[in-house]
Amino acid sequence: MRRLSIRLNGPWTGPLTAAVGMLLVFTLITGVVYPLAVTGVAQVAFNDQANGSLLERDGEVVGSRWMGQPFTSVEYFHSRPSAVEYDGSASGGHNLGPTNPVLLDEIDRLAGEYRQVNGLAADADVPVDAVTASASGLDPHISVANAVLQADRVAVERGVPVDEVLRLVDEHTSGRTLGFLGERGVNVLELNLTLDGLSSRS
Amino acid sequence: MSGAGWVQFVVLIIVLLVTAPLLGRYIARVYGDEKKAPGDRVFLPVERLIYRICRVDPEREQRWTRYALSLIGFSLVSFLALFGLQRLQGSLPLNPVELPSVAPNVAFNVAVSFTTNTNWQAYGGESTMSHLTQMGGLAVQNFVSAAVGMAVMAALIRGLARRRASTLGNFWVDLTRGTVRILLPLSFLVALVLISQGVIQNFNGHTVATTVEGARQLIPGGPGASQIAIKQLGTNGGGFFDMNSAHPFENSTVVSNFVETWAILIIPFAMAFAFGRMVGDRRQGRAVFGIMLAVWGAMSIGAMLTESGGNPRLDDLGVSQTITEDQSGGYLEGKEVRFGPAASGLWAASTTGTSNGSVNSMHDSATPLGGGLAMAHMMFGEVSPGGVGVGLNGLLIMAILAVFIAGLMVGRTPEYLGKKIQAAEMKLVMLYVLAMPAVLLTFAAISAVYGNALGSLNNDGPHGLSEILYGFASAANNNGSAFAGLDSSTTWYTTTQGIAMLVGRFLLIIPVLALAGSMVRKERVPASPGTMPTHTPLFGGLVVGVVVIVAGLTFFPALALGPIVEHLSL
Amino acid sequence: MNRSAGSSARDRHPLPKRSLFDPRIVRGALVEAVKKLHPRVQARNPVMFVVLVGSVVTTVLFIVDAGGNTAAENVFAALVTLFLWFTVLFANFAEAMAEGRGKAQADTLRKTRAETMALRRRPDGTVEKVPATQLTVGDECVVAAGEIIPGDGDVIEGVASVDESAITGESAPVIRESGGDRSAVTGGTRVLSDVIVVRITARPGETFLDRMIALVEGAERKKTPNEIALNILLSGLTIIFLLAVVTLQPFAFYSGAQQNVVVLIALLVCLIPTTIGALLSAIGIAGMDRMVQRNVLAMSGRAVEASGDVTTLLLDKTGTITLGDRQAAAFVPMPGVSEDRLAIAAYRSSLADDTPEGRSIVSYAKAHHGVEGHGVNGHGQGDTAVLVPFSATTRMSGVDDDGYQVRKGATDAVQRWVKESGGEVPGALADVAEGIAGAGGTPLAVAEVHDGTARVLGVVHLKDVVKAGMRERFDQLRAMGIRTVMVTGDNPRTARAIADEAGVDDVLAEATPEDKLALIRREQRGGALVAMTGDGTNDAPALAQADVGVAMNTGTQAAKEAGNMVDLDSNPTKLIEVVEIGKQLLITRGALTTFSIANDVAKYFAIIPAMFSGVLPALDRLNIMGLASAESAILAAVIFNALVIVALIPISLRGVKFRALTAATMLRRNLLLYGLGGLVAPFVGIKLIDIAISALGVF
Repeated sequence: MRRLSIRLNGPWTGPLTAAVGMLLVFTLITGVVYPLAVTGVAQVAFNDQANGSLLERDGEVVGSRWMGQPFTSVEYFHSRPSAVEYDGSASGGHNLGPTNPVLLDEIDRLAGEYRQVNGLAADADVPVDAVTASASGLDPHISVANAVLQADRVAVERGVPVDEVLRLVDEHTSGRTLGFLGERGVNVLELNLTLDGLSSRS
Repeated sequence: MSGAGWVQFVVLIIVLLVTAPLLGRYIARVYGDEKKAPGDRVFLPVERLIYRICRVDPEREQRWTRYALSLIGFSLVSFLALFGLQRLQGSLPLNPVELPSVAPNVAFNVAVSFTTNTNWQAYGGESTMSHLTQMGGLAVQNFVSAAVGMAVMAALIRGLARRRASTLGNFWVDLTRGTVRILLPLSFLVALVLISQGVIQNFNGHTVATTVEGARQLIPGGPGASQIAIKQLGTNGGGFFDMNSAHPFENSTVVSNFVETWAILIIPFAMAFAFGRMVGDRRQGRAVFGIMLAVWGAMSIGAMLTESGGNPRLDDLGVSQTITEDQSGGYLEGKEVRFGPAASGLWAASTTGTSNGSVNSMHDSATPLGGGLAMAHMMFGEVSPGGVGVGLNGLLIMAILAVFIAGLMVGRTPEYLGKKIQAAEMKLVMLYVLAMPAVLLTFAAISAVYGNALGSLNNDGPHGLSEILYGFASAANNNGSAFAGLDSSTTWYTTTQGIAMLVGRFLLIIPVLALAGSMVRKERVPASPGTMPTHTPLFGGLVVGVVVIVAGLTFFPALALGPIVEHLSL
Repeated sequence: MNRSAGSSARDRHPLPKRSLFDPRIVRGALVEAVKKLHPRVQARNPVMFVVLVGSVVTTVLFIVDAGGNTAAENVFAALVTLFLWFTVLFANFAEAMAEGRGKAQADTLRKTRAETMALRRRPDGTVEKVPATQLTVGDECVVAAGEIIPGDGDVIEGVASVDESAITGESAPVIRESGGDRSAVTGGTRVLSDVIVVRITARPGETFLDRMIALVEGAERKKTPNEIALNILLSGLTIIFLLAVVTLQPFAFYSGAQQNVVVLIALLVCLIPTTIGALLSAIGIAGMDRMVQRNVLAMSGRAVEASGDVTTLLLDKTGTITLGDRQAAAFVPMPGVSEDRLAIAAYRSSLADDTPEGRSIVSYAKAHHGVEGHGVNGHGQGDTAVLVPFSATTRMSGVDDDGYQVRKGATDAVQRWVKESGGEVPGALADVAEGIAGAGGTPLAVAEVHDGTARVLGVVHLKDVVKAGMRERFDQLRAMGIRTVMVTGDNPRTARAIADEAGVDDVLAEATPEDKLALIRREQRGGALVAMTGDGTNDAPALAQADVGVAMNTGTQAAKEAGNMVDLDSNPTKLIEVVEIGKQLLITRGALTTFSIANDVAKYFAIIPAMFSGVLPALDRLNIMGLASAESAILAAVIFNALVIVALIPISLRGVKFRALTAATMLRRNLLLYGLGGLVAPFVGIKLIDIAISALGVF
C-alpha cells in the first residue's frame, strides 16, 4: 500500500486519474447519450430516411432508394459497372490508377459490350459513367445520356413506345438541387420499378 | 467544368464567409479569457459535473509542460482503452455478428489512428469492429481527439495573446468545453440534416432485400448519421462504411454532400476568426482566413478542373467524357454520378486540406494530377485550412517561419504579433517543420524498395509509387484518406503507418505547446510603422509562398517520380 | 563646437576610400580561404560542412571510379567535384574578405604600435624615450608633427591636425586640441602638424586598437542571437534537403532510374542554402566593420544587431537636436525705447561676455542693427570704461563707464538692479519675458543707468537653434517605427517648444539621470528597445539599462564601460546611424536568405529532368530551360551555385542599400528584389552557363 501511495504522487498521477475519468465520462456522453439522442429524434422525425429509404413491392423489400442494384436483363435499364457487384455489405471501388492497363482493358471491354447490347455503331461514343465503376460500387444513378442510349432497347424489349420510356426517364431524373448542386442523374431502381409497374398494369 | 460546378463552388465559399466568422466568434468565447460565454446556463452545470467527477479544478491554470503532460496522459489512456477494447471485443457484449478480436498489429494501428485524429482505416470496413468498439471506442475518439486538437490551438493562441504570463489554460477545461460546447451541438444539428437526406440512423442489423431481378441484397443498418456528422466536423474522416462518404447511406444526395463538405471545412476556417478575436486583432484572423482560403481555393479549382477534364486514355476507347446537359462528363471512374467530377474534386481538395480524410470518390482512381494535388495538399502540412485546431497551429507555425525569413528584410529581429522570434522559437518551429517530412520520406523510401511493402501495391509504375507516397503523406499528416488500392493491413504498413501517425501528431503538438510556453512569457512589442505587418495581402502571399516552397522543395523529387511523371506521360 | 549638423557620416564618405577588392586584402583572403578548409573551422557552419563532406566524397568517388568510367563520365565527375570544392573555397573567401578588411587595418596598426616610441614627459618637464607599449594611464607624452600618437588619450596642451585614416579610413585630417570635445586622440594615428601633449587614458592592452584588433580578427567573435536563430533555420533546411536527396535514391531505384552518387551530391549541394550559409558570417563581420568605419566601436555583434531593433531613441537635446548654444534671435524693446537703442545697449553689455550666448548677441546686433564700431562706452572710445564680467552672484554682465552703466542678465537680477538703482520696472517686462520663456526661449533683460536714471531697455530673446535637417530625420525615424524622446534639463515648457520645432515625438524635461533610467525602464516594460547616448558617470546606469548604450569617447570611463558601444567622434547624432547600420545588417541577412531559398526552384527544374529523363522521357517536359544535356544541366546548376556566392560578396560586405521606409514598403521592395529576383536569376544564370558549356563543347 505504501509503495502504491508513493507512485500515486508522481507527476503523472493527476493527469492519469483525470484522463481515465474524462475518457469514461465522454464515452458515456458521446458514445451512448449522443447516438441514442440522434436516433431518437431521427426515428420520429425522419423515420423513412433513417431506416434506409427502403422500397417495397408487394410488401417485400426490393431495395433502397439510394442503393443501386445490378440489372442484367435487357428489358431493364442497366446500372453502372460495380467493383463489388452491388453487394450492400461490402462497398468498394476498383482503385486502379488511370493509366493502369487492367483498368483500360476492362473499360474497352465494357464499352464494346455496351455498344453491342444497345445496338450502337462500333465507333459510337459511350457515356463515361456506363463503362466506369463508381466509388461505392452502389451508385444508384446513371447519367441521362446513358439512360437515353438505353431507352431504345428497353422500349423495344418491353413493347412500350420510346417516347413513353423517355418520359419515364425524365420523370426519374433528379435535377440539380437549387439548380447548381451536384449533377443530374437517373435513379435506375426507381425507373425500372416504374417500368415493371407499367407492364403489370397493362 | 460545368457552370453549375462553378456556382456550387462559389456558393460554398459564400456560405463559409457567412458562417465561419459567426462560429469563430462563438469559439473565441468558448476558449477566451472572459468569464462568460453564450450558453453558460445550459453547459456550465454539465461541465461542473464533469470536473467534479474527474476531480479537476477548472480554475487551476497549467504551464505548457503540465498542459502537455495532461494531453499526453489523456491520449495514452485513450490509446490503451481503444487497443484493449479491440483486443477483447470477441469476449465482450454488443457483438451480434460475433466478430473475433482484432489482430494486435491492426489494433495498434487503429488505436493510434483514432486517438491521433487520423482515422486511417487499415481494417476491412464494417466487418472488423463490433458495435461496442464502434460506439464505445471509435465514436468517442472522434469527439475527444478533435477536442484535443482544438485545445492545443487554444493554448497556442493564449501563448500569443497573453503577455508576460506563464500559463496556457487548463487542458481538461479546454477538452471539456470543446467537446460539450462546440462539437456536440454542431454534430447533433448536422446529423439531423443528413438523416433528412437519407443518411441512416438506426440500430437495425442488415435488411435482406430481394432485388428486382431476384437476387439477394443486404441493406445495412446502424447509427450512421451521428457518427458521420462528427467525423466531418471533427476532421476525423473515418467512415461508418468502408467506402466512406461515397456510400449512398453516408452521403445520399447532393444536399447531404454539400452539407458534409461544409462540415469538413467550417470549424478549421472558423478557427482563423477565433484566433483574430482571441489575440485582440481581428485583422490577423482575417489574414489567416485569407491564406487558408486562397490555398484551399486554388487546390479545389485545380482538382475540379483536372477531374472534369477527364482521362485522355479513355478518348482512344471511344468513351465520351464531354460535359453536356445530359452528363457530368469528366473522369468518372471511382466517382458517383450524383456528385460528378466537380463536387468530387472539391471534396478531394477539402478533405486533404483539412486532415479530414473522408472521401466521396476514390482518390486512387483520380487523374494523376488530381491525385497528385490531393497528395500535395496534405504535404503542405494540413494548413488549408487544416484539421480542427491543429490546422491553425500549422498555419501559425508557417506564418512564424515566413516572419522569420522575411521579417529580417525590414531590419528588425522578426516578431509575430509583437513577440520576438528567436533561437528557442526557431528550434521548435524547425522541429515541427522537420518531423512530418522526415517520417513521410523515410518510410515511403523504404517501402519503395522493400519487397514485403511492395506486395501491398494495387498498381505498378509511377502510380504504385503514388500509392506509397499518398499513404504516408496521409498518415504523417493525420489525414486518413488513402489511395485505397494500397493494402495497409500488413504488419509493415500497420506498424510504420502507426509510427508515422504518432510522429505526425505528437512531434507536432509538443513543439507547438513548447512554443506557446515560450511565447507566453514574452512581452508584446507594440506595433509601429517599423513592424512588419502580418495582416496584409502581401504577407498572406508570403505565407502561401513559404508553405508551397517548403513543401515543394521537400517533396518535388518524390512527386516527380509519382504523379508528375504519370501525368506527363498521359 | 564641432558638432555641426553636417558632421554625420552620411555627408562624408559613406565608406572609406579603400576599395572593396583591395588587391592586398584579396591576396590575403585567398590564402585564408584555403586555410579555412580545416574541418574544425567548417564544423562551425553546418551548411558548408555538408558541402565539404560532399566534396570529399565526390573526390574519393572520382578517384575510385576513374578507371572504370568513360572519358566523358570522368570529365563530368571531375568538373562537378572541382566546383564543389570551389563552393567551399568561395565561402571561405567571403569570410576571409570580411575579416581581411578589418585585419588589414589592424595589422598596420599593430605593426606601428610595436615600433612606436613615445616621448614621455617626466614630472620635471624633461622627456624620456620609452616604447609605446609601456605607457600607462596618466603618462603624458609629447607628440610632434610626423610622429605617431603612442596611445589613447586626451590632448592636454596644444592643437594639431591628426591623420586618423589608419583607424577610420577617413583620409581628411581632423583637428585635435586641448579642452572641449576634440581632445580625444587614438593611439596609432599620426600628427600632421604642430606639437601636442597627450595624457594617456587607456591601460596597456585595453586601447581602442587592442579592442578593435580583437573584434575584427574574430578572436572573440560569438554568434549573435539572430545569427543563431538563422543558423537553426539553415540547419533545418539542410536536414530537409538531405532527407529529400537521400530518399530520392530508393524512389529512383523503384522507378528503375538509379542515380550516380556524384549527381545526388550535386543536387544536395545545389539545394541546401549554400549562398546564405557561405555569406552569413561575412555579413556579420562586415556589419561590425561598418560601425568601425563610422568610428563607432561596438563591444559585441549582439549590440549591433540590437541597434536594428531599437524602437525608442533617447536623444540629448543639447548637441544632438540643437546646436548646443542659445543664440540671440530678437531684441524686444520696452515701450518708449527704440529697437536700435536696445541693440546698442545689448551689444555693449555683451562685449564683456565671452560665452557663446554673449558672442551671439554681439553678432546679432551687428548683423541686424548695423551696430558697429561702437566702443565700450558707446560715446566713442573712453579709457574709463570698466568691464563688469558675469558672476554667479550678480548673474549679470555689463560695462561701467563714467556714470553710464549698462547691464544684461537674468530678468529678475536685472529687475533688482534697476530697483536698487532707483528706477521703475515697466509692467511690460514680465509679460515679454514670460512670452519668450513660453516659446522655449530664454529672456535676458537689458537695463541702463544713464545720468542717474535707471531704466529697463528691453529684452534679448535667446533661443535654442535646432540643427538643420533634424525634422526630416525624425520624420524618417517615425516612418521606420522609431519613437524619439528628447531629453533635456530645461523646464517642460521650454522643452516642449523645442521638441515641437524639431519634431521629436516626446520630451523628458528637467531630466535627472534617475529620470532617464526610469524612462528607459518604463519604455522597456512596454516592449520597447531603447537606445541612448551618454557621457557622464551619472549616465552609466542608464547606459547599462538601455538596449543600445552609446558612450561618447570623450566621456568618463564609467560611461564607456556601462554602454555597449563607444563613439570615437563623440557625436550623439550618430545614434541614428547606428540604428541604420543595425537594420542594414539584418536586412542583408534576410535578403540573402530569401534569395538563397528562392534559387532552389530553378535548380530543381535543371537537375530533376536531367536525372530522370533518360529512363522516364516524359520528365523531359520539366526541362523548361531547354538545357542542352543532362550533364551540362547538372554542371550549370553546380557552377551557378558556386559563382553566385562570389557575385554576392560585394553586397554582403557593403550591406544592401538602406532606405528609411516603413516596414510594409521595405518588405514589398525587398521581396520583389530578392524573392522574385532569387526566383528568376538562376533560370537566367543556369541557362547562360549551359550555353557556355555546350559552346565550349564539353558536353
